[in-house]
Amino acid sequence: MTGFLQSGPVHVALEAGALTAVVSGLVGVFVVLRGQSFAGHALGDLGTLGGSGAYLANVNPLWGFVGVGAVVAGAMDLLGVQGRRGRDVATGVVLGAALGISALLLYLDTTTTSTTGATITVLFGSLFAVSPGTVPPMAGLACLGVVAVAFVYRPLLLASVHPELASIRGVPIRAVTLGFLVLMGVTVSLTSMVVGTILSPALLIGPPAVALRLSRRPPVAMAMAAGLGLVATWGGVVLAYASQTWPPAHAGWPISFFVVAIIFVAFVAVELPSRLVRPKRGPD
Amino acid sequence: MFSGFMVNAWAVGTIIGVVAGAVGFFVVLRGASFVAHAVPLSSFAGAAGASLVGADTVMGLAVFAPVAALSIGWLGRRRRSDVATALVVATMLGLGSLFLSWRTEYVSAVYGLLFGDIVGVSDAQLWLTSALAAAGLVAVALMYRPLLLSSVAPEVAAARGVRRGLVDVLFLLLVSLVTTMSVPVVGALLMFPLMVGPPAAARAVSRSPLSAIALAVGVALVTVWVAIAASYLTTWPVGFFVGTVAAAFYLAARAWSALRR
Repeated sequence: MTGFLQSGPVHVALEAGALTAVVSGLVGVFVVLRGQSFAGHALGDLGTLGGSGAYLANVNPLWGFVGVGAVVAGAMDLLGVQGRRGRDVATGVVLGAALGISALLLYLDTTTTSTTGATITVLFGSLFAVSPGTVPPMAGLACLGVVAVAFVYRPLLLASVHPELASIRGVPIRAVTLGFLVLMGVTVSLTSMVVGTILSPALLIGPPAVALRLSRRPPVAMAMAAGLGLVATWGGVVLAYASQTWPPAHAGWPISFFVVAIIFVAFVAVELPSRLVRPKRGPD
Repeated sequence: MFSGFMVNAWAVGTIIGVVAGAVGFFVVLRGASFVAHAVPLSSFAGAAGASLVGADTVMGLAVFAPVAALSIGWLGRRRRSDVATALVVATMLGLGSLFLSWRTEYVSAVYGLLFGDIVGVSDAQLWLTSALAAAGLVAVALMYRPLLLSSVAPEVAAARGVRRGLVDVLFLLLVSLVTTMSVPVVGALLMFPLMVGPPAAARAVSRSPLSAIALAVGVALVTVWVAIAASYLTTWPVGFFVGTVAAAFYLAARAWSALRR
């Protein structure tokens, strides 16, 4: 482990991971409370399009994720795809077409440019591959996210848990919904930088889901979610660094695997006991 | 285009088109496109594991897909199932990327399994796919009435003595069967457009179930054939053509049914 803290990529990875863990903890609690994890999942998948396009245009993938995330979030609100009905055929077909086009862009990335790792970096992320120059914009987006959450906290919470009461109190539900989706788009672009587009739902909703299991009070849950996110990303960095000497390849295991695995273990640890003791059968 | 290694690709592609169209009809009817999305993604780990130990990817999929389908179905019965399903899918994907990172040809292996690969179809894979397809089609034929009834009118089905839980499980197994067959060719990320797009297009045009199934199979076959031919000619990934052609068929069918009204 000597040289761990002297390593440049490790510093960048720790910073980027911490920034993302905090924002996704705050925003993710609302995503879980509002039952919008499918929208988070779809945003991640569609972000593939932005990331692969950014590689092709030789732009930092962060901007591809942010651009597509914000636009798609707006479009999803217009089409009303969030919620249960959003899982229907139209979403499936749109997602399919977008992933198909991403496949082509990634193929062109690897054949026409020298970025052979684009597929892995976009889909599965690689914190060690984040360039030092990406940290300031990530910090800016993270600050934006935290400020936005603080700003809309009360109306958003009311609109999430009690929409009727919120509209009586004069909360502009539609504006809050749209604003939150855009905020989610920005957050997903950060999580996509850390663990990649198709694993980003794990970091967005995993820690908040665990935290909400332990405390129903949103501020406490947010703090715990951010803490768990931090443990997962930093733990992932440490384990991936250590795994350079592990079998079978001695080339280091993927950092995203460790991040997702830590989150999954935490989720199973809080979820399993209650399920084993008292299996609930809710309506489908 | 029809010689040597491509013969297996055409044969497997045709079998996939038939079974994906038929099973996809019920996926659309039951509103299960999320399951059709999540099962192939989760079985990615199985394909990656098999390719790591040098086995046929179909073998890995045949083990992982039913497990993934049944656990997603089990999770789907509970509250907060979205979160649990999303986490299971992400964990399986992460596991798959771990397995593949142990191989030397990391990037191309990941790429092929996610976005499809038409040149890697072995003879053993062809035989296994044919056997699975035959089993799948027999199962659809045997289950046709209860499956249809429980999809469109669950109450009537229950009154007639159809066991809903059993039908659900069998349906999930059917989805995992199609997954096992299709993932090596069209890829884990782009299997669900093939299973959802053609049947949705068929349903927009035809009202009767049997003709919709026939139409879905036809559209799925054309989609797969166009994708294989175009992929061979351009060397672009087959998944790109599957995703966009399926979407184009769906849009055309929606436009056609809107105009006719």
